[in-house]
Amino acid sequence: MGGVALLIDNVTVEFGSFRAIDALSLAVDFGEVRALIGPNGAGKTTLLDVISGIARPKQGRVMFDDATDITRASESAIAQAGVRRKFQKPSVFEGLSVRQHIAIGAQGGLRRSLSQQELMSRVDEVLEAIGLSNLAARPASELAHGQKQWLEIGMVLASNPKVLMLDEPVAGLTDEETERTAALVRSLKRPDRAIVVVEHDMDFVERIADRVTVLHEGKTLFEGSMANARADERVVDVYLGR
Amino acid sequence: MKPLTQDFPFLSLLAALLVVAFVLTTSGVAPFGVSAYLANAIGQLAAFAVLALALDLIWGYLGILSLGHGLFFGIGGYVVAMHLLKHSHEVTGKVPDFMQFMGWTEFPFYWAGFDFFPYALIVTVAVTLLISGIFGYVSFRSRVGGVYFAIITQALVYVAMLLMFRNDTGFGGNNGMTGFAVVFGRPIGGSGVVIAMAAVSVIVLGLTLLGCRMLLASRFGMLMIAARDDEVRLRTLGYETLRLKLAVWCLSALIAALAGMLYVPQVGIINPRLLAPELSLEIAVWVAIGGRGHLVGAVIGAVLVNAVKFWLSAAAPELWPFILSGLIVLVVLVFPNGLVDLAKLKLVRPMGVKRLASETPELR
Repeated sequence: MGGVALLIDNVTVEFGSFRAIDALSLAVDFGEVRALIGPNGAGKTTLLDVISGIARPKQGRVMFDDATDITRASESAIAQAGVRRKFQKPSVFEGLSVRQHIAIGAQGGLRRSLSQQELMSRVDEVLEAIGLSNLAARPASELAHGQKQWLEIGMVLASNPKVLMLDEPVAGLTDEETERTAALVRSLKRPDRAIVVVEHDMDFVERIADRVTVLHEGKTLFEGSMANARADERVVDVYLGR
Repeated sequence: MKPLTQDFPFLSLLAALLVVAFVLTTSGVAPFGVSAYLANAIGQLAAFAVLALALDLIWGYLGILSLGHGLFFGIGGYVVAMHLLKHSHEVTGKVPDFMQFMGWTEFPFYWAGFDFFPYALIVTVAVTLLISGIFGYVSFRSRVGGVYFAIITQALVYVAMLLMFRNDTGFGGNNGMTGFAVVFGRPIGGSGVVIAMAAVSVIVLGLTLLGCRMLLASRFGMLMIAARDDEVRLRTLGYETLRLKLAVWCLSALIAALAGMLYVPQVGIINPRLLAPELSLEIAVWVAIGGRGHLVGAVIGAVLVNAVKFWLSAAAPELWPFILSGLIVLVVLVFPNGLVDLAKLKLVRPMGVKRLASETPELR
């Protein structure tokens, strides 16, 4: 497919007098896994908030799939267009079962898009992919932290999003769980999908990312391969070297 | 939600309601029948239980606390009172008290048609939907939630109370409306009529309970719980929660209005005190005591608290505020899920035991 999946064009976000994102421009292509890294407060999560419609930029625009302007669209409209994210803090519905989560993600809107049969097979497929098939009937409140992370990833990917954003998918996970998550993310890579990952675990980022963008104080500091990022003096200065 | 056949508390409650309805309907002929006085009390409790279900639906399953549900209860109550007065006037020629006080000889023009019960029913639905719809749309659209929403609903019911206290509006003013003589052509005080109204209330309660459960077991109910647990998460999965919340809010208001329509004919009077913040707060207390987010809990909470209140209002009325506040403190501190916690005590360890076991080693 190719082409630009997400175009962030000169976006500025301010909270009071604090400038969280400062005239940032960024393009993410279909088919790539892009990592957003940088120190705390660099604007990574805020950028995801802008893309998913939770935060409104003061200026600039966000284009999806070259043609669609999603800058002022509602959260639900953006999600329905195929741009979905996992939150930093695992966000699940404590009162619902694992299976119901995936069904909510797969149906992806008040109006049903899948028949009951399609829905069931899609849910089974996703449960298999995130490795929670044997816990399908469990309430989400009983899951361990890592399982909640996967459940949320499953919920987000169940609708086959075109842009998949993962905010700290391996935070708080064991090494083995991180390993499995890396394999999962790699398996989600497709030519017609862009994956954006925010993460502090550099080994994880190196394993999954095609390219990295280093943010610092709301601006792009570096863009390129992880190997080059490690070699870049400014990146080492503000982030990696600490 | 458990499948219906395995939901033992729900089935027991439904069976109990069936038995009560059966005993009530056969009271005229059976030797084990109940007195009109007891039937009336049962009928009022059933109406309160319906009201508690209305609040539990929006608070327990969607996480939106309303401290103004007395408003919708009052709408149902006022409209049914208007119907009863107009109907009584038609049958007996009796002029309502409030018109005599005001020196009016005929009904204000907007009372036209209320002698016809289906019209009163339509007006109840229309007014309830209009007020809940506009208020809900404006609030949910501007994403007002939590404690702010609760305070605004409280203000709303207070404003309604002040409005109804005015004597020149033609809705009874501070004296309210009373002196209902007939209902559906029969004398309202006859023991057969009293028992019939109670039976209808119990049956309506059973149907409301069943209806709420069916709603919650559906896909819609699943989305309600999702919106309660994490609304932003649900929205960013492509669900416009505004419509969902508005639909449940209006449905809850309608159920509350229905409860008011059941309540007022049985208690025989409506006045603006029904719109006082106290009642609206009390509804939340019933639900909290019974167990928020459990239909059975809401019903039991409403019945239990009001049964105690009925009994105490005769025995020791001055004790009631202390008992009610004591219950609230107990629920907040010890049983955050109300009586549902009490029911689970046998199965799980009390909170304190676990905490002590984990803390003691650190103390040593």
